[in-house]
Formats: sequence, structure tokens, C-alpha cells
Amino acid sequence: MKVGVCVKRVPETGARITLTSDDQAIDTSLLGFTISPHEECAVEEALRIAERHGGSTTVLTLGPAAASEQLKNAMAMGIASAVLLETDGGDWSAEATAAALAEAMRAQPEPFDLLLFGNEAADSGDYQVGVRVAHTLGLPCVTGIKGIEIDDGRLTARREAGGGWEIFELPLPAVVTVKEGINLPRYASIQGRLRAKKTPIERIQPQPRASALETIRLVVPPEHETHVEVLGAGADAAQRVVAVFRELGLVGL
Amino acid sequence: MILCLVDNDPVSLEALTFARRFGEVEALVFGDIDVGGYVARARRVVHARLDEYAPTAWAQAVLELEPEIVVAPGTDRGHEVLAHVAARIGAPLAANVIDASVDSEALQLTRQRWGGSLLEEARLTGTPKLLTVAPHAIDAEPSGITTTVEDFTPTLGDEHFRVRVMRREEPAAGTARLDSARVVVGGGRGVGSKEGFAVLEELAKLLGGAVGGSRVVTNLGWRPHSDQVGQTGARIAPDLYIACGVSGAIQHIVGCKGAKRILVINKDQNAPIVARADWAVIGDLHEIVPAIVAELRKNGA
Amino acid sequence: MSTPSLPSAAQVVVVGAGIAGNSIAYHLSRLGWTDLVLLEQGPLPNPGGSTGHASNFIFPVDHSKEMTTLTKDSARQYEELGLATISGGVEVARTKERMEELNRRMSSALSWGEEGCELLTPEQVLEKVPFVDTDVILGGFYTPGVSVVDPLRAGTLMREYAQERGASVFASTEVTGVDVENNHVRRVHTDRGSIDAEAVFVACGIWSPRIARMAGATIPLSPAVHQMISVGPIPLFEATPGEISFPIVRDVDTNMYERQNGSDMEVGSYAHRPILLDADDIPSSEEAALSPTELPFTSEDFDPQLEQALELFPEILTVEGAGIRHAINGLLSLTPDGMPLLGETEVKGLWSVAAIWIKEAPGIAKAVAEWAIEGAPETDLHSADVARFYPHQRTKRHVDARSSEGYNRTYGIVHPMEQWLSNREVRLSPFYARERELDAVFYETAGWERPWWYESNAPLLEEYGERVMPREAEWESRWWSPIINAEHLAMRDRVAMIDISAFAVFDVVGAAALEYLQRMALAEMDVALGRVVYTSILDQNGGFKADLTIMRLDDNVFRIVTGGLDGPRDRKWFEDHLPADGSVALDDVTSAWCTLGLWGPRARDVLESTTSADVSHEGFPFARCRWIDVGPVRVLASRISYVGELGWELYAPMEQGAAMWDAVWEAGQPFGIVPSGIGVYGTTGRIEKGYRLYGAELETEYNVVEADMQRPKVKDADFIGKEAHVRHRDEEPAAILCTLTVDDNTSPSSGKKRYMLGREPILTPDGERIVDRKGRSAYVTSAGSGPSVGKHILMAYLPPAQAAEGNQLLVQYMGDRYPVTVAVKGSRSLFDPENTRVRS
Repeated sequence: MKVGVCVKRVPETGARITLTSDDQAIDTSLLGFTISPHEECAVEEALRIAERHGGSTTVLTLGPAAASEQLKNAMAMGIASAVLLETDGGDWSAEATAAALAEAMRAQPEPFDLLLFGNEAADSGDYQVGVRVAHTLGLPCVTGIKGIEIDDGRLTARREAGGGWEIFELPLPAVVTVKEGINLPRYASIQGRLRAKKTPIERIQPQPRASALETIRLVVPPEHETHVEVLGAGADAAQRVVAVFRELGLVGL
Repeated sequence: MILCLVDNDPVSLEALTFARRFGEVEALVFGDIDVGGYVARARRVVHARLDEYAPTAWAQAVLELEPEIVVAPGTDRGHEVLAHVAARIGAPLAANVIDASVDSEALQLTRQRWGGSLLEEARLTGTPKLLTVAPHAIDAEPSGITTTVEDFTPTLGDEHFRVRVMRREEPAAGTARLDSARVVVGGGRGVGSKEGFAVLEELAKLLGGAVGGSRVVTNLGWRPHSDQVGQTGARIAPDLYIACGVSGAIQHIVGCKGAKRILVINKDQNAPIVARADWAVIGDLHEIVPAIVAELRKNGA
Repeated sequence: MSTPSLPSAAQVVVVGAGIAGNSIAYHLSRLGWTDLVLLEQGPLPNPGGSTGHASNFIFPVDHSKEMTTLTKDSARQYEELGLATISGGVEVARTKERMEELNRRMSSALSWGEEGCELLTPEQVLEKVPFVDTDVILGGFYTPGVSVVDPLRAGTLMREYAQERGASVFASTEVTGVDVENNHVRRVHTDRGSIDAEAVFVACGIWSPRIARMAGATIPLSPAVHQMISVGPIPLFEATPGEISFPIVRDVDTNMYERQNGSDMEVGSYAHRPILLDADDIPSSEEAALSPTELPFTSEDFDPQLEQALELFPEILTVEGAGIRHAINGLLSLTPDGMPLLGETEVKGLWSVAAIWIKEAPGIAKAVAEWAIEGAPETDLHSADVARFYPHQRTKRHVDARSSEGYNRTYGIVHPMEQWLSNREVRLSPFYARERELDAVFYETAGWERPWWYESNAPLLEEYGERVMPREAEWESRWWSPIINAEHLAMRDRVAMIDISAFAVFDVVGAAALEYLQRMALAEMDVALGRVVYTSILDQNGGFKADLTIMRLDDNVFRIVTGGLDGPRDRKWFEDHLPADGSVALDDVTSAWCTLGLWGPRARDVLESTTSADVSHEGFPFARCRWIDVGPVRVLASRISYVGELGWELYAPMEQGAAMWDAVWEAGQPFGIVPSGIGVYGTTGRIEKGYRLYGAELETEYNVVEADMQRPKVKDADFIGKEAHVRHRDEEPAAILCTLTVDDNTSPSSGKKRYMLGREPILTPDGERIVDRKGRSAYVTSAGSGPSVGKHILMAYLPPAQAAEGNQLLVQYMGDRYPVTVAVKGSRSLFDPENTRVRS
């Protein structure tokens, strides 16, 4: 099986977001970067599927040169090869991203049997790149998946709905977008890191495209600050806490 | 026409309410949800093969009506269906919009990034205009208008059913659902270990609530991912969220900002989450939570 | 409930509740300063500073006596708190050079009294660390006493102790300003109110410079990255109980350490390029994903270390299922010389307790508390005194450059004479151009470029042949040249001119100047005008605070001359003791005067031909100073000699220095004058004479009697340390400073001649440590060639039983033992004991 997984390099935020002075981007000068959470699970899922069913794995990303860090991290987890669609680091629209990725996938010597995406990137939250790629490649697609089984060329995918699960079936080759929780990603091993360090990354120049959805600026929403009532320090506050519970009707009188 | 996709999720009615600002909205209804009072005209989708959800089929139904604007709720299905619509016709899709207004041929809109911790102001041009509405951006509010509902059978082929729900599994009886719990007791890194959650479970049980965890603790394997309160976990909206040893990283706030009230138990009174709380107890949660549990038991809980 | 509000005043405020702040609060409380407020910007118990993530293990042995003492005391304190786990530690060597260094570690262990250390073969290392690859190592140095401690818990206990005694603690409180009046700290402003305080202790780790700056003071450190990763789970470690069951490994050749931490192996590195941060680059706790001192890991910097770690631990780190579970760029504080920053800053009452590692914090805090409350610490802290820096050493350029350069030395092999390469050529004497023309080899002292020897003197090697005591082994030949010894011999035969401009010079002026200096100095200061007094400066306990000369230039004008390295500290000591009424002024005139030393049997001949003044022995006796013309320059000539020869120190105004040099140079040609360097002035010349050096022989832990520097009588006038000094004169000294000669420099193991460099242990003929009744080990305080006596000379304090002339002992150097003889008990000179040359 040839499994491909797409990841995005996103900043690792703390408790506050600050913007650059032109309000066009997040100020990342003090921040580290990571693979967006859903996608980290997609990488792990790709590895498990390849381990279970035999095959190869490839990780792709559209991003600045520094995104090779995320590709290396994915390879350190075990992904065999990596492709960087190198941009200058600015925002790319979902349409442009999907078009570039689909083109890169088509250009691979062998077609993918399964393409995994994160359901949405933590930063842009567009919820659509995977679906667009599927359409371009003419592949069936299902999103928001938290469980995958593959049997005899058919993929069964489950997703949460109404407290229970809805189960989809689709033929391979297919596109699946997954959600965090589908698995617990492994840590990179030292050998993995060293192997990743030595593995060259394929670099592609993607074609940008204009979009009819244009960002004007970013805004940090005003903090909804409450008036905090400190009920006390330590165990002594327990009585006052229970009084609050009573007030809220959570415990009987 | 302005079309709004509505399904059984009540959040759809918020989208329907939101869509009114663009003009006269028609509802495209999947399922039995009652849209009375929201729109003048509603089309209920009726098709032999649509006994179950099939994303491309739903998308096709939308496309057949050739709308100028399509609004959908920002749910799994809403995103998925509109993504298919967008991909089919090569149009952009603005996801999780919280505000929008018409500006001649364009829409000025505000949408969520980082689960709502950051907002993007954008301009959408072209036709059709596709957007999903972030849940709880506004309240669902019928306008009182008289609603006519008619059946609508879209023309669908096999290719629209390549992907569909084959079966369902109902939730196990008695599982406390995080996103519908009235009380959630959440734990963060401050809980210290998997075992440390025992006391939070006790408290949750006494209050008839559910236990949640921050992304840190689910990544560490202390709690299953299904317990995660956060941007990539559950978005909760309890009457009370008790956050124990949680610092308040952005992605966690996204998950719990729907809580009506928040009680924070933390060693650090400057922890970011404290600023968003209604009440705080400063100190070691491993002393405080057992004390609360003891107090509750004393009172016959 | 309302959080208790900040008191409006307190006797002392401590800022920072990491290991340093908690420790200092504890020790200050213990010694009686209980009206104490402890402020911390973050939450407790882990405020998010370096303490929260820093390596928590203690290797007690260091080449520095001071640091070893403080570290051992810290280990003891952690143990008393019940928060130390003994794990043992092994420093492994991959190279031959490192094996030599391990020998030095062994020597230091003996010198400083760390018991039980041993050198191990690779097989023996494997016995202790069963997962190491012995193919990669040549051996190890084992310290059984290495421990792992819990600094957060220790800090909590110490803080609670202080609270029980009245201290109040305010977390989540940020200091926003510090008020200073008349150069004394007055008030601390916070985001929760202000506190008047008489003393403020800045213990904020990487934030310390920021707080100091609020008060107009400097704490010169640089925040820097130290990378750590955690790999696990490792089955072998999971199977053992507790945090650590195997010794910690320091893979010093690769600048890394590896240790078990629960079920993980923690790998730390000091090998990567130094990554220094600006104060502005430190995230707030809100911005930081983890904590302000745990920054995102940069894997490119660590990747080379992964390979090296795998070489040493091939199996355990690649075990199935083990992954990199945690990885940070941790922040810690670096200083320009690698030593902590302790003591009162430029602002009175504002104390620095910064740039401190977990392994030494409680011990340092105890010493600083003693310093603040009792007036002096039990352990001599001069190497870590925050007052030790000259202004140019506080510049950001200097701090960053040296911190960077020093970073990779953390596990480095640092030669005692090792020279810094960065930020050189900052202080140049007016002789510099002349010296360069003469191919001087420059070493840096306190920023000054000083010739250590001159390559142009190479022909002297032929002249003196074997008498220059050439060296064969690489280590002691490094940063040395036989030309030094040739210059020495030429000086003793003829005459030398030596650049000693690095002196720090202070003028003391005022009606009460004499009274003041009487109080400061051991020696009688009411001397005739034109007298030069060589005197010790003591602290209240009678230990050495400084060692310098004072010239009486006029009734109310005195000139103090002290060593370049000691300048800033000595200046602070003198300034701190000036009378409050302003009746005495101290002027730092260091940059106004340059100094040339002229010594040797022909020195008078040379000087005579440059001056019309009477420089005969009768006309210009020893220990006198007067103004004379030297060529076109009016010079203050001072007839004293640290090299034990006839001659003068010649002080010229800085801008006329070159003219003075030229006059002396020209006059010296017919007499075969030799430009000589500090190799002669600081080592060979003075060690043959047994002249003591501050920082080597003289420090607070030894008293005047032990150093055999007492005068016939104690002067009547009162002086700092008099009471203690009188007491010392009445007791039997616990040790006496001796001069020893090495009888045979031949190494038993290699057959080569080896030459000690200092700090080596002196042992009995049976190889046992020699310990005096105060618990102090005998070790070499200074070592150097004595070309005129043909012996390698050592100085060491020996207990009375061993301090007998002719007594034969051993010195351990690089794993071998060499026979030494006590040549002089006390301060008599080995060379020219009657001082005929000096007084000729």
C-alpha cells in the first residue's frame, strides 16, 4: 500500500496570541512550531496502516523552508519519504493549497492508495483541503474520522455522531481526513531522528493561485474577562465552594 | 437564491437565523427537523437512497438548486457537504463565520481561526458564495414567518453514493457525554498523573457530571482522547466547568468557553485561565478537591 | 477572603523563589534576619525559572577549591533535608587527553578532600554502568558521592522554614521598580504595592539583570540555552525503583551527560553552538507553551549529540518502543568567567545571588547570608564576587562574547593558563606598540594585554641552555615557554624591564586619610612621606582580604597600588569603609598611570643614566618613593620589588608612557637590558623569593600567622581584624605556609620530566592526604620554575607536624607521585635569603 499523509506547520501557542504590527499574521518570534494536532494523528495512522498492511509512507507539506522541520519530525516517527512544496511562508488559501498538493501527488511515480489529512488545521480551520484534493484526484473522501480499518481493498471509517458512531465504507484508493483521538501518536525514536536527518526531502515549487476569499486582517478577539471571586486558598475554601454548588442548583439543599 | 442547509442538529437553526441577514432564505432540509417560523420556503429532501447520510449526494442536492449564497452550520456535516460543493464548482468556502454583511457584490465577513481564539476579517466575492456558520455565533431565533414545506427530490446517480453511512452504533448506555454534561470536572498537567484523576472522578460523580482533561493530559496518556476538552477535542457547554490544575492554553479555552460558569482550582493565581473564571480557589488541587468531596459527603451528597 | 497585602516595609526583600531565592531566604532567616519578604513573579512551588527543569545532580569535585567547598556544603544541606539520593557518577574519557584530565580530577578530589574517588578501567566502568559501550571509552573517573536532589521540594522546605520564623511570601507578584537614594537601596515597587527595605537580594536567575538595572546596578549574566531530551520508556530503568539506580555518566569529551530519570534516560548537552538570549527574548509565562525557561527544542542543534549518545549507549537508547518523550531548550545563566555573581552590587544594600547552579545553591546562600549579616562569609568568595568586574567587563559585548566562549567549556579541559580568545585588545598600555615590535606573547589580565614573554628573547635560550628547565610533556608546555625562564635568568644576571601597567591605583586624600588607612591596614601607616608600605588588608576575622602597597605621597595623600585582578573588589572594600562624613576621598587613578618595572643587578646603572636624581642606595633607599625625571618624563619611582632584585616600579602619566619606555630602553642597551614578561614577574621571580600572591596563598581562610607574614609587633592603632589577628598570634597556627622543592621531576610511569602547575595535593610518603586541625587539606597554592635555584618550586600550607625544613613528602600530579622536600618553613626566601640584591 502506498500511503500519503499531508501535514501543516503551525505555531505552538501558549495562552496568548500576539499579532505582527500589520495585523496580517501571528507574531511567532517567541514560539516554537509543530505539526497541527489532527495531522500528527494522521501521521501515526499512516504508520500503523503501513505496518499492518505492508507498504510505504510519504509525508507532504505545503509551507516555508522551515516546514522541513515538521517533515523531519514525521520521518523521525517512521515515515519513509517526504515532499516539501516550498512557499515563502505567507498564507495560502485552501483552494491553492489543495491544487498544489493534488498536482504534487499526481507527479509521484506511483499513485497513492490512501491519502490522509487532518480534519482541519489548528490555525486556519478551513475544513476543506482534503475534500478538494479528493475531488481533483477523482477519489472518494470522508472526513472527521476516528477509526480506520482496511480489508481487501475496502476502507471502513467511523466517526462520532450523536454520542455514538456512524460507519462509512469506501473503496480504495480514497482520501480520509482524521481527527485527533484516532490514535495516540508515538514519540520519535533516536534512530528515527538520525535516519530522518539523513533522508533528503523532495522539494517542489508549487504554483500559487488567487482566491475569491481574501483576508483583510487578523484580529485578536477582546478577552472575555470575568470578575473573579477568589473563594479562598487551600482546603479551607471547600465550604464556600459547596455553597456555590448549592447556588447553582447542582446539589440538593 | 440564498440557501441554508439544515439537518437534525439544532445548531442548524442558528445558521438559518444567521442566513437571514443576506435576504430571503430558503431552507434545504435533511431529516425531520422543524424549521417552522424561520423561513418562508423550505424544501425537504426526499430520496429513496437517502435513508442515510451521503456527503456528495447532499452536495449535489445543493448544487441542483443553483443558489447564489449557501449557508450551512459549522458542524462535521455542514463543513463536509459545503466542502464538496466548493470542490465541485471550484469556489472558495469560508468556514466558521461569526459575522457577515453584504457589501455590493461581496460579503464582508469575520471568521474563526484557532477555534475562535483569533478572528479573520475577509472579503468573499464571486458566485456562489459558500459559508458555514460557527456554532453558537448567534442564537437560533425564528422570525415568526409562516413556513411552507415542500418535498424536493434531487437527481442523484451511483457516483453520489460512493461514500455513505453504512450503519450506526448507538452510544453505550449510561456513558456521560462530555459535550452535553451539566457539570464537567477537568484536569490539566497539575493533576500530576493518571492516578491523580481519581479524586476528580469522585467529585464529578458526586455532582453528576463528567470528567474532562486538557490536551496535555490526553497526550500523556493519563486520560483517553474522548475526555479531551479543547480545540481538537470536545467543546463543552456545561452549567459549571471546574478546571483543576489547568493553566489555560488557548486550545483549551476554545473547548471550555461555552461553559456558563467556571470555577478554577490552581496554584497560580496568575494562570491565564483564572482571568476567565467566575470563582477561583488558589492552592494545591490535591488538597482542595478532596476537601470539597469531604464537604459534599458531609452534606449528604 | 482577601490575599494578604504586601507589607509597607521589611528589613529585607528577596526577589525570586527559585533554588537561590529560597536558599537565601532560609539562611538569612536562620541567621536572624526574620523580617523578610520573598517576592516571586510566577506561581509556587515551580515559578517557571531554571530551577524547574535544570539538571538536578551534584558532582562535587571541581578544580576550583571555592566551588568544591560550596558544592559539598550544598550536597550536605540537601541531604539534611532528606532530599538527596546518592547515585554516584562517572566521568568517562574517550581520548587520551581526557584520561590525563581525569588524573587532574583525581588530584583535585584529593586536594579538596572528596573521599572515595577512583579512576576506572573501561571494564570497571561497565560494572557500574552496565549499558555503556566499553569500546568507545578509555576509562572513567568515579565519584561515589554524586547525588541527585529535589530542588523544588528543597526550596519549598527552606521557604517554609523562613515563613515559620516570620518571613512572608508573595507569589505572582512582579517587581516593577527599585528606588535608590544616596546610592542605597530604599524601596521595591511591585504590581501589588511597594515595600521599603534596607536590603534587597536579587535571586532571579536569568531575570536578575533586569531587576538590577531597575536600581542602576549591573548583574552581568547572559541567558543561554542548554538542551535536554528524555528518551523512554527504557525497560531496564522501569524495572528499578525510584528516580535513579545507576550512576550518572558525564561524557565529557562530547560535552554531554546521560542519566536515568525514572523510566527515561535524560540526555543533556553543552556541546551545541552557544545560543544566547536577550532579556527581551524571554517569553512571559503566558506566551510560553511550557514555561519561560523551557523553550521550543531546536533539533538541528542537538542532532550531532544524538549520534554521540548512541555511540556510548547503543542498545539502551534504541530499545524497542523508546522515543524522545521530552525535549527542551532550557535556559540557564552564563557569566563572562563562568563563576557565580555574589555579593553587594554597586548599589549599597542591593545584593546579587545570581548565576547559581542547583548543585551549589544552598552552600552559596549560606555563605552570602554570613557575608551580609556577619560581615564576612566562612568560605572565601572572592572569585565569585559580583564586584570583581571592571566597567568594560560589564558591557553586553563582553558578557555575551565570554559567556558564549565559556559555554562549551562546561565539561571542557581548561588549562590553568588558558587564554580567552574573544573580546581581546580592549586595554592597552602605552608600551603596547613597543612590545609588539619585540614579538611579545600577550596574555590578558583584567582586559589588559600583558606580555607574558617575548619571542625576541629566543636567543637567550642558547645563552642559558639547560638552565631554562625545558619541559617535555605537552600539558605543562601549553601556554608556556622556556623563554620565560631565560628572561628570568637574564634579569638576575643583568636587568629587565617589565610592563606592570595592569595595576589598579587609587589615591586616598583628605584630612582623615591617615586615620582611615590605619584602620584599613595591618601595617603601621603613620610613616614618613615618601615611604612605601607593603601591607596585608584583613577582614574582621583576620583573614586576607587584599595584599597591596601604599605610598605616602604627602601628609594627607596616599596612593594604593594593587593587582589588576583585584582592583574592582579592593576598590569596593576601601570605598565601603570610607568615613561617612566625606573627610576622605578615594580616587581611582588606574587609567592615569602606567607602570614599568626595572629590576636586576644593573637596574641602578640603567636608571642613573636616564635621570639627574640621586638614585644611589643611600640617596634612594629601599621602600621609598619619590618623583624623579626619567628622560623627558616626570616619574614617580617606587623602590620595591616583587621579583627580589634591586630596582624600581616607575609610574608615568599614561600618555607619556612610550617616552619613558624609550628612555629606559635606550639607557638599558649597554647593560643588556631584557624586556621581560609576567611569566617572570608573576611566577618565577616571586616564587623563588617566597612572595605570596593574593588568591593563591592569601585568602580569607588563612590568617597572617599561618602565612608567616606577621610583623614583629602589632601596631597600637586599631584596624579591621586586629582582635582576630592578636588572637591568631597567641595560638599555635594550624598550618604554616612553606616553600617546597621538587626533588625529582621524573615521572615514574613515563620517565618524562613533569612540572606541576598548582592545586595538586601534597601527600605523606605513604600517599595519605595531609589535613590540618581545621580540616584543611594540604595542596599546592602556587607552582613554578625556579631557574636561579634550578628547582621546580611549590608553595603549600602544611600542619606543624609536616612543616619542618628537610621533611620529605609527595605531590600527586597526573596520576603520578613525585618526591618533594620542605625547603623553607615560613616566609624566608629560597633565593637570596638575606635579600642582599633587593637592598643593594
